[in-house]
Amino acid sequence: MTQPGLLTVFLILLPLVASLTLSLVKGEQVKKLALVFSLAELAIGLFAWSKFDAADARAQFLYDTNWVASLGIHFAVGMDGISMLLVLLTVVLVPLIILSSFKNEFKKPNALYALILFMQAGLIGVFTSLDAFLFYVSWEAALIPIYFICAIWGGEDRIRITFKFFVYTIFGSLFMLLGIIYLYFMTPDHSFSLLSFYQVSLSPTAQSWLFWCFFLAFAIKMPIFPFHTWQPDTYTTAPTAGTMLLSGIMLKMGIYGVMRWLLPVLPMGVLEWGNTAMILSVIGIVYASIIAFTQKDTKRLIAYSSIAHVGLISAGVFALNVQGMQGAMIQMVSHGINVVGLFFVIEIIYQRTKTRETFNLGGIANEAPVLATCFMIIMLGAVALPLTNGFIGEFMLLNGVFNYNILLSAIAGLTIIFGAVYMLRMYQKVMLGEVNNVTAGFTDLFASEKAVLFIICALVIVIGVYPKPILSVSEVAVNNLLEVIKLRMQ
Amino acid sequence: MVESFAWLIPVLPLIGFLINGLGNKNIPKSLVGILGSATVLGAFIISLMIFFQVKADPSHGPFIVTLFDWFSVGTMKIAFSFQIDALSSIMLLIITGIGFLIHLYSIGYMHDDEDYARYFAYLNLFVFFMLLLVLGANYLIMFIGWEGVGLCSYLLIGFWFKNTEYASAAKKAFIMNRIGDLGFLIAMFMIFSTFGTLNYTEVFSQASTFSVGNGTLLTITLLLFVGAMGKSAQLPLYTWLPDAMAGPTPVSALIHAATMVTAGIYMIARSNILYALSPVSLAVVAGIGLATAIFAASIALTQNDIKKVLAYSTVSQLGYMFLGLGVGAFTGAFFHVLTHAFFKALLFLGAGSVIHAMSGEQDIRKMGGLKKHLPITYWTMLMGTIAISGIPPFSGFFSKDEILGHAFAISPTIWAIGVAGALMTAFYMFRMFYLTFHGEFRGTEKQLHHLHESPITITLPLIILAILSVVGGFVGVPEVLGGSHELGEFLAPVFAASASLVPHHHTPEMVEYILMLSSVIGVTISIGFAYYTYVSKKVVPAPDSVMREGMSKASYNKFYVDEIYDAVFKRPLDALSQVCYKVVDNAFIDGIVEGFGQLTRWSAGQVRLLQNGNVGSYLFMMVAGIILILVLNLLIF
Repeated sequence: MTQPGLLTVFLILLPLVASLTLSLVKGEQVKKLALVFSLAELAIGLFAWSKFDAADARAQFLYDTNWVASLGIHFAVGMDGISMLLVLLTVVLVPLIILSSFKNEFKKPNALYALILFMQAGLIGVFTSLDAFLFYVSWEAALIPIYFICAIWGGEDRIRITFKFFVYTIFGSLFMLLGIIYLYFMTPDHSFSLLSFYQVSLSPTAQSWLFWCFFLAFAIKMPIFPFHTWQPDTYTTAPTAGTMLLSGIMLKMGIYGVMRWLLPVLPMGVLEWGNTAMILSVIGIVYASIIAFTQKDTKRLIAYSSIAHVGLISAGVFALNVQGMQGAMIQMVSHGINVVGLFFVIEIIYQRTKTRETFNLGGIANEAPVLATCFMIIMLGAVALPLTNGFIGEFMLLNGVFNYNILLSAIAGLTIIFGAVYMLRMYQKVMLGEVNNVTAGFTDLFASEKAVLFIICALVIVIGVYPKPILSVSEVAVNNLLEVIKLRMQ
Repeated sequence: MVESFAWLIPVLPLIGFLINGLGNKNIPKSLVGILGSATVLGAFIISLMIFFQVKADPSHGPFIVTLFDWFSVGTMKIAFSFQIDALSSIMLLIITGIGFLIHLYSIGYMHDDEDYARYFAYLNLFVFFMLLLVLGANYLIMFIGWEGVGLCSYLLIGFWFKNTEYASAAKKAFIMNRIGDLGFLIAMFMIFSTFGTLNYTEVFSQASTFSVGNGTLLTITLLLFVGAMGKSAQLPLYTWLPDAMAGPTPVSALIHAATMVTAGIYMIARSNILYALSPVSLAVVAGIGLATAIFAASIALTQNDIKKVLAYSTVSQLGYMFLGLGVGAFTGAFFHVLTHAFFKALLFLGAGSVIHAMSGEQDIRKMGGLKKHLPITYWTMLMGTIAISGIPPFSGFFSKDEILGHAFAISPTIWAIGVAGALMTAFYMFRMFYLTFHGEFRGTEKQLHHLHESPITITLPLIILAILSVVGGFVGVPEVLGGSHELGEFLAPVFAASASLVPHHHTPEMVEYILMLSSVIGVTISIGFAYYTYVSKKVVPAPDSVMREGMSKASYNKFYVDEIYDAVFKRPLDALSQVCYKVVDNAFIDGIVEGFGQLTRWSAGQVRLLQNGNVGSYLFMMVAGIILILVLNLLIF
């Protein structure tokens, strides 16, 4: 290809075009059309993967053009291995999420699917931007649709909860914007380019302040304890497709942000505050797991479990070693797959029984063995059983934390016990026992549901048994990133 | 070379799992059972060939078979590879051999179950993971098997998941095992950071350069032992195993007696060099083992559920195996794994045959006089009961004697406590046996009418296991009794490196004879006492409604350990969960956030940029931010 960079631009533009098209379409075809668009996006993503040179640490498929020349703003995009993997995650999950919503009846479906695809463009933008301004714009472009998705299609109390979510994230974004503009002025060539940001040398004090500007935004997005309280409410209230987007893909924006825009740009800030971030992450693992023990709403339970999981991913990143970082990469993929699967299972149960409360449910395994098996497989991935996708990531992450500090790894390791406690409790209460009048006559999976869950289950096992293709995508880029960080710490 | 077919050993049961699991109810019942059993039989045949190859050339080191590179990160490279040597080849025979018999038994035992295919699928999956556990050439592959068998144990304990109690027992087993697994996991990290590899051969060859008492090795071995405590049900992580009896009885025989629960012993035997270099860890292993052996035996004395008696007996016997490891009798401990696999599988399957005949009744108080109705079950179980009691020349005698002999060399007190446990064992086993088979029938008229000997698929495994329980000990007859201890010789290369490190006190022959004799006499008296109580005096344990007192009450109620765990861990954690959720999250943190939110709303209202709503305050914040930055910028430059 003469202009390989167009591939990245395509990946951003296609969902935008799709979004525009969908907003104009009326009628029942909109779901299918959205699925077709997302599958086309998947095809481009897979094509990019096939052309991707994993041995090259640099960003590939580069596209760079002046955007606002007077301010030094570029439309610069490209993918190294880290970006590539997250782009792959995005293009795989979006069609699954769209397909998983086929049984839902929405008011104004065209608006919903238009927003979902608009959000996908924003997400791809976040994962591929090589210009801080573009990064920020993409960040907001990914956020705005989800506000509307939650506020319009959400459940009970959605306005208050969306507002809380909004306040939280805008608070974070604001500080990040502040940080970006400050860094812009400090670059020698007054540029927003990532490479220029890597050149900036700042006093440790300035870096410490900037660390918090960026970290707050990222920590709220993931979320990390104690910046997490928007998350359980929002995940619970949002329509399931929105919850899947938030948990499956959006939270990875925060981790990606730390890896791309925080660690290498502000190494002295990381030296000063990385330990604090690490400890907050580890506290979050234990804290959120313990809260998950007694949650009665299954959706809220999974929301809390997600805080625990992402806490471990963040801890792995802040461990600043290859085990932790690579563990974070593969776990971002695995967590995305598993959490989408879990939320889908809960949605399926909700659609049939109109309840998500564990005490109303029970005995579903008697009536729906296929669902029970899929749920079991995804749950095993979530509790990191060896030969499922969750294990590889959790093993590497804990090993990374171990290399950072043994005691912290023992505390973080409680996740393998606590995760089993809340997951198995939930599974038992929902699936096992005798059927009751709510669950009697529960119908097993429909074709479209089977399609989604079978793909997810297959991914759980295939990645768990043979993780190499995933690991190799980001391996070189991660090593390179760690070298940059180390170099800039001296 | 045979070892190049080693991959087939776990793959065969995996295929069985996939076919029965995916085919589920579309496969005819007869085929399900045949398929499930045949895959394990196939694995047994290959295992046998491998065993003979290992035996033929003892000087050959371990065969390492690498299947593929699993993953690598940084300097850590994990290969999916198998190690075939004396230790793993015997484990293979136990797993596939006894596994096959139990599959065969299950064809009859589970015949009327509606989830027949699911049962065989799970059982095959268990065999697959158990084989991985013993075949792995590094700790991580062992860990795959380790957690995998835990999963299968969970699935099979909760096989009849409609029953909430059974489902809870399954969950408890999984969680308790996970506690141990965390120890194992951190031990692995530590092994890797110390040796730079997780491969056995490399770890052990490097370890031999460490000095005795090295602190790192001490930590590693203790952490590994935490894993073993979970999987092999030792104090304080044993309470899941008695509850695990909720599963179908063949499962109890295979998983919760013969194979999975001995994984902890396998792990320590495999890591023997690390333990030999850590005398403190050995002492801990011996201490926990001995304490568990006595404690569990003292609970078994008063239990009336036939499977619970056997479960506590298993916990106790596992304690003996750890005692053996702890006193440096690696071979003896492993010998006991072997003989225990024979007689405990036999006893469980026999109990299953009894339960089958009694239409599901498990309370020995409601049995009695079954001897004439179930002659094959009676005779085979008698063999098993004698074997576990330690009467020569039955198998249990030799292995237990080897452990106790080593214990005596370390300390006569340990020996005495161990023998006391053996006396309890003989008593509770014959108590169970007599109450079940002798005296008058105490069940209902309907049960009496239904009583029958089990079909051939059930009795044949009983007979084979009974023979093994009788003669199985001859592979390890000690020199002092004129044997050559073939098992010890076969295993010698595995324990060679640690042999010189473990103290070998020589006990004079005369003393050894006296030790054996005194324990045999003690056991005989114990059995006599059981006979006197339950056959001559026809005592039947009191019903549950009777108030018990003192030690008897404590033992009957299993020393209230479950209740204590509930009060110390479960309830406080659940309370903490609610406090974190309602107070910290919803009241405190959200309170602060709401405050911010109100502030924004208020200021948005003040500035009146837009009437209301989210977009308004959003824009407000954007503008405020930009202004703030410009101001900052002015100040800085």
